[in-house]
Parts: sequence; C-alpha cells; structure tokens
Amino acid sequence: MYGYLFRRLLGTIPVMLVVAIFIFLMLRLTPSDPAAIIAGDNATTEQVAKIRGQLGLDRPMVEQFFIWSGKVLSGDFGESFFFKKTVASLIGERIEPTLSLALITMLLAVLVAVPLGVLAAHRHGSWIDRIVMGFSVLGFSMPSFVIGYLLIYLFAVWLGWLPVQGYQRISEGLGGWLRGLVLPSLTLSIIFVALIARMTRTSMLEVLSEDYIRTARAKGQSERKVLFRHALRNAAVPIVTVIGLGVALLIGGVVVTESVFTIPGLGRLTVDAVLARDYPTIQAVILLFSFVYVMINLAVDMIYTLLDPRIRY
Amino acid sequence: MADVILDIPIAAPAKPAATFRNLVHNPGVVFGATVILIVLLMALLAPWLGTIDPTAINPIARNKVPGAEFSLRTDTGERIKMIALFGTDGLGRDVYSRVVYGARISLLVGVSVALISVACGLFIGLLAGFFRILDAIIMRIMDGLMAIPAILLAIAMVSLFRSSVLTVIIAITVPQIPGVVRLVRSIVLSVREEPYVEAAVTLGTSTPKLLWRHVFPNTIAPMIVQGTFICAAAILVEAILSFLGIGVPPEVPTWGNIMAEGRQVFSLFPHNIIYPGVFLAMTILAVNVLGDGMRDTLDPKMAKRV
Amino acid sequence: MAGPVLEIANLSVAIRGSGDRPHAVRGINMTVGANEIVCVVGESGSGKSVTAHAVMGLLPKNAMQVETGSIRLQGEELTTKSDAELRAIRGTRMAMVFQEPMTALNPVERVGDQIGEVLEVHTDLDPTERRKRVLEIMRAVHLPDPEQMIDAYPHQLSGGQRQRIMIAAALVLDPALLIADEPTTALDVTTQAQILKLVRELQGRKKTGVLFITHDFGVVSEIAERVVVMRLGSIVEQGSCEEVLRNPREDYTKMLLAAVPSMTPPMRSPVSGAVVLQTEKLFKTYGRRSLFQPKARIVNAVSDVSLTVRRGETLGIVGESGSGKSTVARCVARLVEPTSGAVRIDNVDIASIREAKFRSMRRRVQFVFQDPYRSLNPRRTVGEAIIEGPMNFGLGRKEALQRARDLMAVVQLSPDALDRYPHQFSGGQRQRICIARALAMEPELLIGDEPVSALDVSVQDQVLKLLDEVRRKFDLAVLFITHDLRVAAQVCDRIAVMQRGVIVEQGTTTEVFAAPRHEYTKALFEAAPGRHRDFARKAAGR
Repeated sequence: MYGYLFRRLLGTIPVMLVVAIFIFLMLRLTPSDPAAIIAGDNATTEQVAKIRGQLGLDRPMVEQFFIWSGKVLSGDFGESFFFKKTVASLIGERIEPTLSLALITMLLAVLVAVPLGVLAAHRHGSWIDRIVMGFSVLGFSMPSFVIGYLLIYLFAVWLGWLPVQGYQRISEGLGGWLRGLVLPSLTLSIIFVALIARMTRTSMLEVLSEDYIRTARAKGQSERKVLFRHALRNAAVPIVTVIGLGVALLIGGVVVTESVFTIPGLGRLTVDAVLARDYPTIQAVILLFSFVYVMINLAVDMIYTLLDPRIRY
Repeated sequence: MADVILDIPIAAPAKPAATFRNLVHNPGVVFGATVILIVLLMALLAPWLGTIDPTAINPIARNKVPGAEFSLRTDTGERIKMIALFGTDGLGRDVYSRVVYGARISLLVGVSVALISVACGLFIGLLAGFFRILDAIIMRIMDGLMAIPAILLAIAMVSLFRSSVLTVIIAITVPQIPGVVRLVRSIVLSVREEPYVEAAVTLGTSTPKLLWRHVFPNTIAPMIVQGTFICAAAILVEAILSFLGIGVPPEVPTWGNIMAEGRQVFSLFPHNIIYPGVFLAMTILAVNVLGDGMRDTLDPKMAKRV
Repeated sequence: MAGPVLEIANLSVAIRGSGDRPHAVRGINMTVGANEIVCVVGESGSGKSVTAHAVMGLLPKNAMQVETGSIRLQGEELTTKSDAELRAIRGTRMAMVFQEPMTALNPVERVGDQIGEVLEVHTDLDPTERRKRVLEIMRAVHLPDPEQMIDAYPHQLSGGQRQRIMIAAALVLDPALLIADEPTTALDVTTQAQILKLVRELQGRKKTGVLFITHDFGVVSEIAERVVVMRLGSIVEQGSCEEVLRNPREDYTKMLLAAVPSMTPPMRSPVSGAVVLQTEKLFKTYGRRSLFQPKARIVNAVSDVSLTVRRGETLGIVGESGSGKSTVARCVARLVEPTSGAVRIDNVDIASIREAKFRSMRRRVQFVFQDPYRSLNPRRTVGEAIIEGPMNFGLGRKEALQRARDLMAVVQLSPDALDRYPHQFSGGQRQRICIARALAMEPELLIGDEPVSALDVSVQDQVLKLLDEVRRKFDLAVLFITHDLRVAAQVCDRIAVMQRGVIVEQGTTTEVFAAPRHEYTKALFEAAPGRHRDFARKAAGR
C-alpha cells in the first residue's frame, strides 16, 4: 500500500511540472510584449526596458523558467504591479474567505447529497427518485450567479433576513461570519449537491445489481443493512472520486460566487487581476489553485486505500 | 442426430431503426430538442422578432421597467414609441432585443466548443488508446491540463489574447479536451480487449482499418452524449466569463454581460438579471436534459465511465 | 425426520414484460427429502435457477413473480409469507450458495465478517461467541489456517477457498435445506472434486436436504441420489440417479446423455502428414521488476513448451486455469509476443517477427475464440465478418461473398443469413459463423481456444462434430485448447497436459487416458466427475 501511495505522490510531480510550464509559457506567449503590458500604456521605453530587465525577460527561455520556478518554490511570487504589494501577501490576506466558503460548501453538499442519492437509488423509479433526478439536472444547469441573485432577492432584499453581500472575518465574530456565508455557500453548494447526488444514485444502482447484494439478501439481511453495510461501502469509491473532481468546479464556482456576493477572497482577486492584466498575480493564483486541486485528488487516492482493500494489498 | 440447417433468426430487427425510435420516444430528448429548437429559431430570426438594434444606446430611456413605454429615435430621425417587454438597462438599451440577440452567441459558442473539443479529443484519444508510447506522453499532458480548473484555464487564456468571440471559443474548448480524451481512451482500451478485435488482428486487418472499423464505431454514441454535455457546459462558462467582464467584447450582447451590467442596480431593477437568467437557465437545462435522454437511449453504460 | 424438507407443487413463475416466453417455469413438481441430495439438470434457459430463486424468495421483483403453485419448507407454505418472515427463514432454515464465488462475496468486507453476518442477523451471540462459531465452521469446511483467514479479504483467497466461505456462511446455522446453484461450474476440475466431496460430507453429517443445480452429468453421477431433468421451464423427467442415467425414458434426456462425450477415446490411426506447427522452448513471462517496483510479481505463464502439430491432426492442450494453455495458443497466433523461443509455421519462425512482415502470413493461422457472444462485432453483419479476412488479402468483394456463402453451407447455416447481425443468432450458431470466418482464410493451422466451453452440452456436441468434419475436409492441423477431459478424448489425436506453464505429459490420447504417468495428470483424471461412466453408451442401453 505504501508503494502505491508513494508512486501516486511521485506521479503528481510531472503533473505540476506540466502546469508550471503552461503557466510560465502563458505570459511569454502573448502576442504583445509582456513588459509593455505590465508597465502600462503610459510608460516610456526606458521604463519598459527596465521592467524587462527586472523580470529577466531578456534571458533565454529555459533559464527564465528555472529562475521563475526557483522563486516560486521558495514562496516568492513576485510583486503585483496593480496592487503594489507582494503577491504572496495578497494571497495571504485573501485566503481565509475563500477557504471558509469552500469548506462550508463542501460539507453542506456532501451531507445533503449522499443521503438524497441513496434514497433515490433505493426507491428507483418512484416519484422520490424522479424528483431527486429532476432537481439534480436543474441544479447542474443553473448558473451559480443566477441562483445567487435569486437567493439574494428572496432572502436579502425581500425578506431581509440575511446580508446582501460582504464578508465578516472569523476574528470579528462567529455569528456574523456564518451569517455572511449562508447565502454564498447555499448558492455554490446547489451545483455540488446536484452532481454528488446524481453520482451517488448511479453508483448505488450499479452496486445494488451486484451478486454480493443477492448473497446478503439470501442470508436474510434487512434491506437497510444491505443498503448501508454492503451497497454504500462499495459505491463509495466512485462517489469519492466525483467529490474530488468536483473540487475543480468548486474552484470555478468560488470565482463567480465571490463576485456576486463581493467577498474579498482569492476568486475576486483572480478576476480583478485578469481585468488589470496583472500577470504575476494571475500566475500565482492559478498555480496555487492547481496545486490544491492536485493535492486534494491525492488525498482522494489515499482515501481509496481505506475504502477498498484490493488497493491496499 | 440429424444435422439440420439451423438458420432461424432469433430476435429483433437491425439496430439503427430501433435506436432512432427509442430516441424519439424519450421524454428528455423531446423536451430538450424542442426548447433548443425554439432558442435556435429565436437566434436565427432575431431581426424579425420585434427587436431593435441591441447596441443602441438611448439615455432618455434608462432603467425602464418591463412593459413600460419608451421613445426611440429611428434611423430616419422620427421618434416612435415602443414597449420594452423586458425593460431597459442602465444605458437605455432594450433588454428584450439584447436577450434575443444574445441567444446567437450562446448557441454559437456552445456548438463550436462541443464540435471542436469532441473532434480533437477523439483524435488524440484514439492515438493514446492504441499506441502505448504516445499514451504515456499524452496522458501526462492531459493530467496537467486537467489539474487546472476549467474556468481558471479559460480565464487565463482569455487574459492572454485580445478579446473576441474566437478567443472565448478557444479558451473554453481547451479545458474540455482532456475529458474527452480520457473517455475515448478508456473506450479504446476496453474495446481492444474484446475478442472480435483480436479476431480482426488474426484476419490480418491493418491497424488503421481496425481503428476505423471496429474501435471508432464504439465511440460514436458516447461522443454524441459527451458533446451535448460539453455544449451545456460551454454555454455556462461563456456566460460566466461575460458576467465577470472577461468574455466577449462588451458591444456584443450575451446573456452573461447583460446580467453583468445589471448588477449594480439589481435590488431596484432586477429585470436585467431575471430575463437573461431565465433564458440562460432554460437553454442549459434543455441541453443537459437532451444529453441525459440521449445517454439513456444510446449508451446506458456511459454513466460509469469517468 | 417425517416428511420432505422441500415440496414444490405445480409451481409457475411468470415473466413480466416482453420476452421469448411468458413463463420462466410452469407446473413444476419436485421434492427434496431430509438427508437427500437432489440434482436439477438442464441446459441454459431450462428454468432451474429460477426455481431455486423462487424457493428462496429472491426472484427479481419487477421482472418475475410466482403465479401459481406452492412451495413448502418443512411443511410451511412460503409463497404466502411476508418479506420479514422470509428474511427470518433465510440463513436459518434454508440457505443458498451461488455460482461465482468472487462476485458473490462483498469485496470490501473481511470473509470472517461475512460468515459472521448470518449470526449477527439471526442470533443474539456477542462478538466473541460469534468469532468462535465462525472459526468452528471454517474448520468444518476444511479451510487452512482459519485464525489467519478469518481476517482476509475475498480477493486474497483462491476460487475454491471462496466457495468454501460461501458454504460456511450457508451452513453455519444448520439449515434444513441447502440450495446450490451451479456452485462448482466456475471452478477448476480438481477444486470441483474437493467441493463436491465437502458438500457430501457436510450433508451427511447434518442430514441436510440439498437441491443441487448443475448442467454437468458427471457432477450428477458423483453426488445425486435423485435427478430432475428440466427443459424450457418444465420438468421432463425425474427419478433416482441410476434410473435416469441408465434408463432414461424421455427422448430429450436420451439426447442430453448421448451428447456427453465419453471418457474413453475412440481408436485413432496415427497421423503422418507434414509438420505444420512446431514450437521450440517457448517462454512467456509477465511482469518486470524495476526501480519503482522492485517487488513486482513475475509470472511464468509459459515455460519451455515444445510441441508439434501435423496436417490432419488435432493436438489438444489440456489444463486448468493458470496452466498457460491459452497463452501458448495466443503466442502461436501472435496475439501476444513470446518472451523467447521459436514458433515455426511451415518452418518459418514467427515468434519474433515484426507485425508488418507477419501480416502476410496471418492467413495460415486462424483462431476460434471461447466466447461466441463477443467474438463477432455486434455492429457488422455476419457476412461482413466473414469476408473481412479474405478481402484484406486482396480478394474482391463478390468473390469473397461467394466464398462466404459456400462456407455458411459447410457449417450448416443458411447462406441467406449473411446479412443478419450476430445478435440474431444463438451461441452455437455464432460459433459456427466464427469457424466459417476462420475457414474463409484457407488456413493451414486452426487454433480453438476453449471453443465449446461456453456452449450447452447438446450444442457442444454438434460443434465438435463440425470441427472434426472440417478438419478432415480441409486437411487442417488443429490446436485444441480445453479444460474438459471428455472433450479432449472426443476430438484430439494427441494431447499435452499443462500445469503452471509447463507441459507435464504428452502423448497420443489413447495412451495418456489409458495410463497417465505424471502425478498431475493422474490427479486430473481422479478429479473428473463421473469418470467411470460413459453416459452416452449407458443411455443407449449398451
């Protein structure tokens, strides 16, 4: 088992390498001169040349890549020309809101979706099944900003129960922090619940037609135990897989949701950076998000070894 | 024991006819296809559906509520009165016209992304599935691309190039390709093990013919289904990009940027968000439902293949 | 013990929805007494499995349903019981063992827990007591080292061991009735012999009534006291084992028995044609150790195999699973590349030749696969399948179609059926089409990899006769892979017995069958069920 994990860990290195190369090339492949873009429209040629020297853009490509990678690995993402701070500090101050939003969303989604999926599979073909399936297609199709505005209109504008936008840090009070996150996480989690409920149902249905389910029934086992002890434990692997893959959608959704609810997190940072063509920040954020995604999928692989003994031995 | 000529056919008619009938009877397919058809007609017949120039700025008619009257100066200089079915936005543009014209971009982007990503993914996936050496390289690159969340990749690509519809199409297509490659590759790998493919090898069938005759047909149904889902995802991503202000150029009306412009005044004038939002949601829903319906008829085993 | 354990009276099970027939079984009457083993025999579609599932109340609810009739377990009517009542009976008074032990066990749960589950559901024993009972029953089914195995997972055990676990779980609470649905069909012949012995032993000890379903008359002759013959949902004949096997009354039973190949090979004259195939020191090894995987498993699938096949001769390779027999066949057909050694077809060594050069030689070696349902591309017509090969070698479409029509007649299928799709044919018909496809290439060597193993015994007989005819007519060399000794006796001139990648014994069929020399060959013959019986001869009254 440790061999398997070790190999998976090693396997993430080429992946991150490809990501790093792509991100690195991103800046270098623009049709326009990156130094000129960063310097801005009103820069003089000397300023542009100075920036080019600063960024090391006059050195050969491969050398640039190594210099850049070295800096990145030691935490130096450069300086944001737009925000006038180091990118690292920018990320530092924006990470809490994003993390809070992401965690609460995932928790909510899994706690609601898995039971719904199991229920739908158990009552395959009934009206419950149809409702869950219908809801899941709907949830998957509605853009999160549409849902977001709908919820804002309903709960914040019309009913006035919750704040329209904004974010309160934990340090300023748990209650306010939670209240600020209710609408955004509800918005974001709808897509997840849709995705996870669907996968749970599909996976459960497939497992329920396996031979060992028949064996359990032949032993006189109750339906409830058959469902949870035998079916769900075997259906868990694809479900966990889809949760892992869903993190990619989560990241994308975070970007939109933070915009809708004006939460000062990494998602908003990305959008602002793109609008301002602030390349150091864009690079750093994408690198960070990709790294997190890869790590989460690695964690998913580790969870597999817990769930499926065939991988362990 | 008598050696009888045993040739009694056992079951059903040939497959293609039965499949088409099943498709047409599937409620999902019917619903999805109908809605898409309506949206398509809306997009194609836009100029004749009671619309005006969607980019025409009209400061005196700003922020009218749905159903209100407003006056408009035509090309010939007259002033006529019109009803803003969906209201007007902050610059006085008729939301109804913008929504109708907005359908064009959504459908164009959706279909283009679906076709291009399926074509590329199919080609790369067939190569990866069949030639082991290429497989290792290709899958590493695909894994790397898949590691970057799709929207971020799209955002990154858009930020590189000048804003245009083509840029957006390419930016949305690239992150979809790895998913298709993975699917095609897994199909190829499983079909390769089938005895009938091995039989073809023993019959001396060359590799290209093998791929075309025996492997490729197994990818058709999954590709159609996958393409449909990609279309829905592309429409969604395009809307998100426009909403965030980093999509197609602002003069081109899309459902996403209509909503973006209406953000500030949302609490007072929600119509800017509601109408395009409803159309967007309905279209994406219809395409997803169509995809579901097609998958249930054409390829029920696909749900397992990640 | 008064009264039978199981009484089925006039049972009919209806099938919902479209299907080839409205009833899975009709008017079934059978009994199983205490301390009696009753075998239900039939081909596929006979309804034997449906009957078993109906007794246990395990019929798929939306597809099948008991329509009329009664099922009494120790006098109690089962068809009128509620789900909860049936659940209380399952595992305690009646239990079932299924065909595929790998899929019948939950892959993520330890085997000890899976046996213990029966105790959990039906008794109040605490965990320590349960563990004691589980170990007891594991010892009773002769599982090695129960203290270790109790914590193992199914994938760590062999097929035979898994089936013993299933039997343990079924018998742990001493049910009055044990239903076994083809429990040994998926096992090797030596393992099957052990499991049959186990079933007999356990049955005798607790005087359990056993309903044993099988398609193999050899198995029937080994354990049955009474036999029930089923066909297409009805009972054709039943009686004591001796009666049915020696004096069958019905034509169908006679036909089934006549189709079972004899263990005594017919007299064969030695073949003296030219050598077509010659393998020399053939090796095929899987797995490679490397930096990343220093402890990777190395499998010697084929070790040092040398054999020859002449024109007009059938060489059989006999072995159990894992013996390497299929790998040898695939090496010869170059579906896999041998690790080392020579494979000579007409004296040309094709073992390490490049695929591009080999392609022109492919027509000389043709292959018939085991699974008739997956050997034909479901999207192409049967005609297209047959002409694909010849057209690859330059034959025009019209001539190829003509050849296809001629060959369809040779394999006794209608030439007009060329534009039908594979799903419109039965398994046996599909296998004939595959043979026609192979013959279309005008090969010199025909390889059959368990070509009849997936067919019913009556169909098997027809296809074997066809293969024999084809060999004579076209003067082919045939390499026949099988695990079934009776089949080997019927068709092979010479056989080679393989075990774990090595040929342990080779010789003419008559020699090897009359006097096997190697330990393993002897064990194979010992294990063959009903080996002393010649069903066909007995059925014909000779």
